[in-house]
Amino acid sequence: MGILQNILEQVINGLRSGSIYALIALGYTMVYGIAKMINFAHGDIIMVGAYALYVGLAIFHLPAVGAVLLSIAICTILGVGIERIAYKPLRSAQPLAVLITAIGVSFLLQSLSLLIFGATPIPQASIVGFDGIKIGGISISGITIVTLIVTTICMASLTWFINKTKLGSAMRAVSEDKGAAELMGIDVNKTISLTFAIGSALAAIAGILYVCQYQSLKPTLGAMPGIKAFVAAVLGGIGSVPGAMLGGIILGLIESLSKAYISTELSDAIVFGILVLVLLIKPSGLLGKIRKEKV
Amino acid sequence: MKKVKKIMALGLAATLTFASMTGCSSKSDTNSGSNSDSGTASGTSDETFVIGGIGPLTGDAASYGISVKQGAEIAVKEINEAGGVKVGDKTMQLELKFEDDQATADKAVTAYNTLMDGGMNVLLGCVTTGSCLAVVDLAKEDNILMLTPSGSAAEITKNDNVFRLCFTDPLQGETMAEHMITDLHYKNIAVIYKNSDEYSTGVYEAFAAKVAELGGTITTAEAFADGEDFNTQLTSIKGTDAEAIFAPIYYNDAAHVVTQAADLSITLPFFGSDGWDGILDTVTDKATVEGATFLSPFFSGEETAADFVANYEKAYNTTPDQFAADGYDGVYVFKSALEQAKTTESADLISAMTQIKVDGLTGTGISFSATGEPQKAAKFIKIENGEYAAAK
Repeated sequence: MGILQNILEQVINGLRSGSIYALIALGYTMVYGIAKMINFAHGDIIMVGAYALYVGLAIFHLPAVGAVLLSIAICTILGVGIERIAYKPLRSAQPLAVLITAIGVSFLLQSLSLLIFGATPIPQASIVGFDGIKIGGISISGITIVTLIVTTICMASLTWFINKTKLGSAMRAVSEDKGAAELMGIDVNKTISLTFAIGSALAAIAGILYVCQYQSLKPTLGAMPGIKAFVAAVLGGIGSVPGAMLGGIILGLIESLSKAYISTELSDAIVFGILVLVLLIKPSGLLGKIRKEKV
Repeated sequence: MKKVKKIMALGLAATLTFASMTGCSSKSDTNSGSNSDSGTASGTSDETFVIGGIGPLTGDAASYGISVKQGAEIAVKEINEAGGVKVGDKTMQLELKFEDDQATADKAVTAYNTLMDGGMNVLLGCVTTGSCLAVVDLAKEDNILMLTPSGSAAEITKNDNVFRLCFTDPLQGETMAEHMITDLHYKNIAVIYKNSDEYSTGVYEAFAAKVAELGGTITTAEAFADGEDFNTQLTSIKGTDAEAIFAPIYYNDAAHVVTQAADLSITLPFFGSDGWDGILDTVTDKATVEGATFLSPFFSGEETAADFVANYEKAYNTTPDQFAADGYDGVYVFKSALEQAKTTESADLISAMTQIKVDGLTGTGISFSATGEPQKAAKFIKIENGEYAAAK
């Protein structure tokens, strides 16, 4: 097989994991833009989404579409609920208090799933039914195609929603100036809830894609993608929606290519090294300055 | 929140109750086990030979110790029922005394001392590497014959009174290299291994050295430290002209590797180390491991193991694993050494160890070198039609 084909396949690997990072990073960046907090429990919403899919499929024997909807619904309700119970009472508290609460919620979710499902990884078959395709010697797996299509649709519709709808304008207004938005008659609480709902629904989709890719569930499965996506959000400029998408995809590509052509051991160091470099040169992240796009 | 607390409290209470119950039952098990053994002993013969055992019966690694103990109990029962062991002109009955060390070094020392006070003649132990290392020097001072069923670290057998029944990590790598190159005529082999794990690295390094010696080529050795994404490594392997993939890793990682390989339409055959045992329960699609071959000391589906498996299942309601087979074979090794030495003197038993040949569940014609390592043929298990089968 030609070296060129190999490089192209590694690029596709990078795009696939990168688009999942982007999907998760959107949740971090939207919540940061609007509530000015880092929601560290976001990674664990992915885990809940993955387990919800498993419960829907293996325990309630729902059809795949039903299980996907169930998973998205559970995560949306959970995300909004967490905001109401854990973050809303602290809205005027110090940022540090909110941050620690978020870490607490993260541990709570992990421990609950440990208690309910145990620590042994649970196998769960993919719901993606079709085999991959082969173009000129390059094979692309079914799950890769599905991941790329689903994430593109999600990102495109989110961009449309934020820029073209009334609710989207409300979200942009709240992220710009909470007080002024309230004076203009925007319901800030509702808008924040909506942001958490969208972010958590995207996390659920990421969780479902994760299960289809790795076909195994454990209580800590959201931790690593969560951290990587957070890095992606910071890389792209936290608070910026296109920044999160760009950051996620760049991160996925760097990770895949450095693993393949430099060193597996060093790939994480390279990823974080590039983050440090970007932040040194451009402290607000790659697209962090475009305030108009803030959510 | 109140409800959550209540649920947590209930859960905690349940766990505690369960823990204390299992604690009790395993204790009474040990007692009743040794009582009945000594009962038969005094009834039918003149003397009893005491085999001490040390391994985790509680704690995280409990399943290993329990398996060894139960396997050894089956062997002791079989031998005693068949009339005991002929030692010179006497016939002796065997007795197994097994102590729990929770896989910790300090408890292993306590267990060793308890067993010595209880008149232990030989030691079947320890089950775990750390405990083995904690007692090897004590066993040397007492000059007692020690046989570890499953401790795989090289330093365990440094003293001349210590022998090992299981494969060492390097031996697994060498055996697999010989199988793949000499028996199956592969020339180019790719490797994927976990470089944060001693076992995986140890097997890989020995494998690579042996492959080079036999004239084969490692096309690429892809490492990983952690995580479940192997797409990059597998894509790299796909880019080489490898004819087969060797993956000396545990079954959880192996399940990810084979699933993702199938996604990338890699059709190369997989080969694994003994860590692959259990993979069929972990993969979601058994077709992804079809045709994979791995090394194992013991295969419960084998004809020669049928009696043992039936007895074991009858006694303990579960299928024996390789640790149970190690425990069983350990007792038969002692029997053979006793028959060879014709005395129960430790020094004579130790020198008899290098002269015996034992047909066991984990290998036929097992013999021991003076350095304490076993010489036995490996078993290759191949996955055929979604089942484990003995590879030819």
